Amino acid sequence: MDAEAAKLIGAGLAAIGAGMAAIGVGNVFGSFLEGALRNPGAADGQQGRLFIGFAAAELLGLLAFVVAMILIFVA
Amino acid sequence: MAAESGKIDPMHQFEVQTIWDGFNIAGHQIAFTNSALWMCIAALVLWAFMLGGMKRAVVPGRWQMLVENFTGFIDSMLAQNIGKEGRAYLPYIFSLFMFILFANVLGLLPLGLVGIHPFTFTSHFTVTGVLAILSFSIVLIVGFWKHGLKFFSLFVPHGTPLWLIWLIPAIEFVSFMVRPFSLGLRLFVAMIAGHILLKVLAGFVINAGNAGIIPGLGVGIPSFALMVGISALEILVAGIQAYVFALLTSLYINDAEHLH
Repeated sequence: MDAEAAKLIGAGLAAIGAGMAAIGVGNVFGSFLEGALRNPGAADGQQGRLFIGFAAAELLGLLAFVVAMILIFVA
Repeated sequence: MAAESGKIDPMHQFEVQTIWDGFNIAGHQIAFTNSALWMCIAALVLWAFMLGGMKRAVVPGRWQMLVENFTGFIDSMLAQNIGKEGRAYLPYIFSLFMFILFANVLGLLPLGLVGIHPFTFTSHFTVTGVLAILSFSIVLIVGFWKHGLKFFSLFVPHGTPLWLIWLIPAIEFVSFMVRPFSLGLRLFVAMIAGHILLKVLAGFVINAGNAGIIPGLGVGIPSFALMVGISALEILVAGIQAYVFALLTSLYINDAEHLH
């Protein structure tokens, strides 16, 4: 396999990471909604924590995207 | 763009182009680029927006209500995360939030229809990195100013078992030092990913339209519908990323104010 093909395969594999981050972000919002529907009164106070969890989960997906971009355009 | 060749070039929109050559300082060309131009435009629009809302009317109009909603939103976020000391950081966090928000939204405006190509300067790591370093240096300055060398106790959380004292500070130190990178990287990659996605879908629409009526209807119309949906999502992301940047900055400042 030549180097160019290996790079593109690697970039494609990095998309798995983006999909995994999608599962993570879905988990964050799903769990929040589950808790919020049980106790709507407490939901508004937890919005900051919701977005901290969202940011942490999302960052890993964005890192996978960066890896793909580096493989295609830089490496 | 590239209608005949059929080749999509989604990275072209991120190219920094020189508008005015500027001047030469010690071998470095200091040029006025489209990035700098759009930063000025964002600052101007923000200034006009704030000016319209700071009339201090006793009975606020719609515009003043809008501006006061924004300030109140940031103020309550700081009060929640930092406490009463948070008031001191309101000007910085508010400017940061509004500047990033305006930059993200300005970059999404469909001004290409009238021939002006908006440049999203938050899609460049040089810009978001400088904003992140600004936040990080405020954390360092406040931390060392208020606590002196006791600031290093940030790396040893309460209740650390004695036999782990060699490991926990190392992990905390790495997680502390990686903050400016993750802060800048998150905003920049989120913006760049959304814009590439929109451009790729736009390429699908144009190429399918050129390929004839059947691919035009079968591929072009669904792609266009998807573009409308993704555009709405991008407006949401523009707001969320500005909010997350401000929120994380306030959390880091809270660490510097109160240690932990």
